[in-house]
Amino acid sequence: MTALLEIRDLKAEIAGKQILNGYDLTVNAGEVHAIMGPNGSGKSTLSYVLSGRPGYTITEGQALLAGADLSQMSVDERAAAGLFLAFQYPLEVPGVATMTFLRAALNAQRKKRGEEEMSSPDLIKRVKELAKILDMDMEMLRRPVNVGFSGGEKKRAETLQMMLLEPKLCILDETDSGLDIDALKVVSNGVNQLRSKDRGIVVITHYQRLLDYITPDVVHVQSAGRIVRTGGKELALELEETGYARYQAEAA
Amino acid sequence: MAAVQETVEQVRRVGADQYKYGFVTDIESDLAPKGLSEEVIRFISAKKGEPEWMLDWRLEAYRRWLTMTEPKWARVDYPAIDYQDLYYYAAPKSTAGPKSLDEVDPELLRTYEKLGIPLHEREILAGVERPEGEERPRVAVDAVFDSVSVATTFKEELKKAGVIFCPISEALREHPELVRKYLGTVVPTSDNYFATLNSAVFSDGSFVYIPPGVRCPMELSTYFRINEKNTGQFERTLIIADRGSYVSYLEGCTAPKRDENQLHAAVVELVTLDDAEIKYSTVQNWYPGDENGKGGIYNFVTKRGDCRGANSKISWTQVETGSAITWKYPSCVLRGDNSRGEFYSIAISNGRQQVDSGTKMIHLGKGTTSRIISKGISAGRSSNAYRGLVSAHRKAEGARNFTNCDSLLIGDACSAHTIPYIEAKNPSCVFEHEATTSKISEDVLFYCMQRGLSQEDATALVVNGFVRDVLQQLPMEFAVEAQKLISVSLEGSVG
Amino acid sequence: MGHAPTTPTRKLTDAEARLAEIFATQQSAGAPQLAKLRTAAFDAFSRTGLPNRRDEAWKYTDLRALLRDVKPLATPPEDSAKQSAQNAAVLAGVATRRIVFVGGYFVPGLSDLGDLETGLSVMSLSGALAKGDAATTAQIGKVGKVDDPAFALNTAFMGEGVVIRVGAGACIDRPIQLVFVAGAQPATYFLRSLVIVEKGARATLIESFEGETTQEYHVNAATEVVLESGASLERLKISREGAAAMHVSTFVASLAADAQLSDFGFNLGGGVLRNQSFIALNEPGAHAALRGANILKDKEHADATLFLDHAAERSESKALFKSVLDNSSQAVFQGKILVRPGAQKTDARMMARTLLLSEGAQAYCKPELEIFADDVQCAHGSTVGALDENLIFYLMARGICQAEAQSLLTEAFVGEVIDAVEKRSVREALTALVSERLRLRQ
Repeated sequence: MTALLEIRDLKAEIAGKQILNGYDLTVNAGEVHAIMGPNGSGKSTLSYVLSGRPGYTITEGQALLAGADLSQMSVDERAAAGLFLAFQYPLEVPGVATMTFLRAALNAQRKKRGEEEMSSPDLIKRVKELAKILDMDMEMLRRPVNVGFSGGEKKRAETLQMMLLEPKLCILDETDSGLDIDALKVVSNGVNQLRSKDRGIVVITHYQRLLDYITPDVVHVQSAGRIVRTGGKELALELEETGYARYQAEAA
Repeated sequence: MAAVQETVEQVRRVGADQYKYGFVTDIESDLAPKGLSEEVIRFISAKKGEPEWMLDWRLEAYRRWLTMTEPKWARVDYPAIDYQDLYYYAAPKSTAGPKSLDEVDPELLRTYEKLGIPLHEREILAGVERPEGEERPRVAVDAVFDSVSVATTFKEELKKAGVIFCPISEALREHPELVRKYLGTVVPTSDNYFATLNSAVFSDGSFVYIPPGVRCPMELSTYFRINEKNTGQFERTLIIADRGSYVSYLEGCTAPKRDENQLHAAVVELVTLDDAEIKYSTVQNWYPGDENGKGGIYNFVTKRGDCRGANSKISWTQVETGSAITWKYPSCVLRGDNSRGEFYSIAISNGRQQVDSGTKMIHLGKGTTSRIISKGISAGRSSNAYRGLVSAHRKAEGARNFTNCDSLLIGDACSAHTIPYIEAKNPSCVFEHEATTSKISEDVLFYCMQRGLSQEDATALVVNGFVRDVLQQLPMEFAVEAQKLISVSLEGSVG
Repeated sequence: MGHAPTTPTRKLTDAEARLAEIFATQQSAGAPQLAKLRTAAFDAFSRTGLPNRRDEAWKYTDLRALLRDVKPLATPPEDSAKQSAQNAAVLAGVATRRIVFVGGYFVPGLSDLGDLETGLSVMSLSGALAKGDAATTAQIGKVGKVDDPAFALNTAFMGEGVVIRVGAGACIDRPIQLVFVAGAQPATYFLRSLVIVEKGARATLIESFEGETTQEYHVNAATEVVLESGASLERLKISREGAAAMHVSTFVASLAADAQLSDFGFNLGGGVLRNQSFIALNEPGAHAALRGANILKDKEHADATLFLDHAAERSESKALFKSVLDNSSQAVFQGKILVRPGAQKTDARMMARTLLLSEGAQAYCKPELEIFADDVQCAHGSTVGALDENLIFYLMARGICQAEAQSLLTEAFVGEVIDAVEKRSVREALTALVSERLRLRQ
């Protein structure tokens, strides 16, 4: 069976500086993986390399999404192929109404995949359902994308987008940062609804806290641009007690 | 805003051809002798059957023009115009006085059909679809082809409401007292080089009079088409909104693709009396020339509104995508107490286009207010300047202005300029001005693309967000059209 | 129709004719090294004459109309004038190294040139020229490409000033203050200074100008500053001229990589005041912070005209100008930001705010952006208006009288600019000057 995400000996750099340093990771459909690591270990870099952010260059190795080489695809092709990145800092898009944006994104992806576009009434209905799950005010969705949203509101909006777009692989980059406990529960609830046998989820986080709500199947420790240890969910608890210091020392 | 929601779809529907209005209508024309002289002016005046005073007015302007020099202060650069190498009058031969739409040359009707302009009263503007059940908007159209108006629709129905909407040449014959009372009172014949030239040679344009207390029952619109080679178009439009009346007026323009530059020097005068309002919208899509700057229209236009009455309002909205050179400053003289002026502009330049456009808000009366929203987008190797003046005179107690000018740059070979003048001579005035220049954020593009939009779609989406405040000011019927135009104008600027 | 532009030979104004006359007679007197430079400058001036309202850069300060007569060139000051100069009040309480000029002449007796810090060299301009200082003649008039008639006049007639050099790496803590005091006789002062801050060095320069209400004089001052890579200069210029004085000052600065310039022009009085600045950010990472404040009354007219030339990547400029206008005074702000092709990642911001306190006060504002590179962040803003009536009401509701409330709010308005001054003693002295000036209006 082809893995959903397969990263083999991946090396990547930004502005000539190597950040990923021989990265290996396999995520199968139906699995939730957590990647933990100290600040500066390249966690966000991984998410940007996979999604194709300009400036992040793969120098060696491979990253395959359902067997397809990500490096051969443009950013939007990767999205249409089912890769979704929930940004650590979602961007504000002035003047563009959230609903417009959602429709544009959803239908662009569907069209690329040769699927039927979603009609406006269906879309509005679906968004309303999701907003309810995420405890979001529809009024917020009439505003321009993320403009003037609080940190928590932005993360809810990211989760809503993710639930609407139904990606194959979700990458959550520090989704817990800037969230209070209530928002954390709501967002986690949304993510948990997405758990399914066809979908993979990668949760990138610094703290164990988020993993109380989104229980991972596999936990990885990342340091100095690669995975240095892999274990079960108990590894997260262990890290909470011992910290990252020994991994940083090992990597160095 | 429905218009914005449709963006991506609209962008996709647009064909690959960047300027789809570039065809030529093969029709025989009646031309004045080439060049400019008193004889040519007499010829034009005679063709129109004008009263003696009008001819004198033209000749006086012409003599003044001979003493003037072409202005050089704008940020535009073009080879000297040979004013003797132009035709100042061109009219389809078949237009000699059609009485009804049925009599209009079918070739002309086909032209307007191709341009999406309805000359049959049962039709609506092309591309406008309303949800079922909603009433279709009706638009009365005056179609100006080179130097003459070829048709005006809904005249009878408008007449019932007391509204006069006709070619200005007809108004000179039918309503000389009204024309004489207002013509040249907003833009005097001595105003500037191009306005003076226009005063001498203007051929056609629209005349609108809305009587006291009347809300014009439909949108009025003039569609200008330059067709003939080597002609200049010198239209003149005069709109008077009498006490307590309201009118919304739309203007559109296109021209064939030609390698030679063509001159368009129009004058538009608006007058609002007490409590009256004029909303004037323009979608300017003259042929911009090819990517190397060959051909295209030189668009030197003087547009000014005079809020003569108290509590009156004039609002200019423009979407400028065409012309090789745009030199245009629709302005408001806020003379009446508590009068209001507005200017909403989207100016897009691509290829080798040069735009120098903006507005003047002259606050003379007490409690006058104005608002300026200008969005400039430069791409290709173009140059795009906003130039504006906001002034409050000594008696403009409590004058208020808010100005926002944003420029967006796409690519590193274009340029953007912002040149505002602010002059305050009354201590109670409050003027606020803000301006920014930046490029489309790569991070925002990446974010949109991560959600599945192609680079071109993402760019169109961001640009539409950028111009949204202005698009909202356009009547629905034009907003969709304008939005398509914006996408088309930017084609080939990405990547 | 050919309309060939005609340039009829214009009749010179009286002032222009007088300037030509003076130039012809003084030519032989000056230092020979500069004769060529002076002649070229006067020729350039003669081509345009005094700038008038048709010159975009002088649109709101019509020098041709304002300069009716030319005061004679200054003659050496009398002892009594020198005596009274000891009372020069601006920043009197701040510990600066004072270099004093009276009536356009350097007065060594009142100046403090002893114990110069290591790396610091200070000479009078006449001294430097007399010594044949090659560095001075090589740099003066060549710091920037400035095409301006007032600056050309200064170059043609430059009399006295200073040449300051801060050696590489030197950090001069004590501000150097050039004190320019008007003389007793009607005169024109052409003052010229050159400041070179070498690699990584830093210094503070203060230029203060003062005169009495009754004195009739014209000042045409110019300062050229070279900031080598990593150098840093804080400059403060204070004008408290007499009501009959006309003061035109040109500031030319050239910034190398990562150089930092902070400039503050502060106008506290004078009949006609113009500060024009030409700042060239020539190399990557250069940073300029430009501020200005005008507190004007009666018929005073102050004009701040800025030209910021971003010619290299990652250069930054921040400009903030504030004016408080009472009576029939006028303030002009013109600021142009030019971003040249290739000057990517430029960050330029400009803001001008004007408070109109009375009927008859006038504000003219013309900020400009001229952008030829796409990856930039540029913005300008301006506001004109009266004090916020709600705030005045709020203060009065707390028991503060109206005049006091206005003063407090006005001080706060100007305070934003002064707060950026680095040295606390200078900042406090400036705040005191503001209070003094504002309370005078009551």
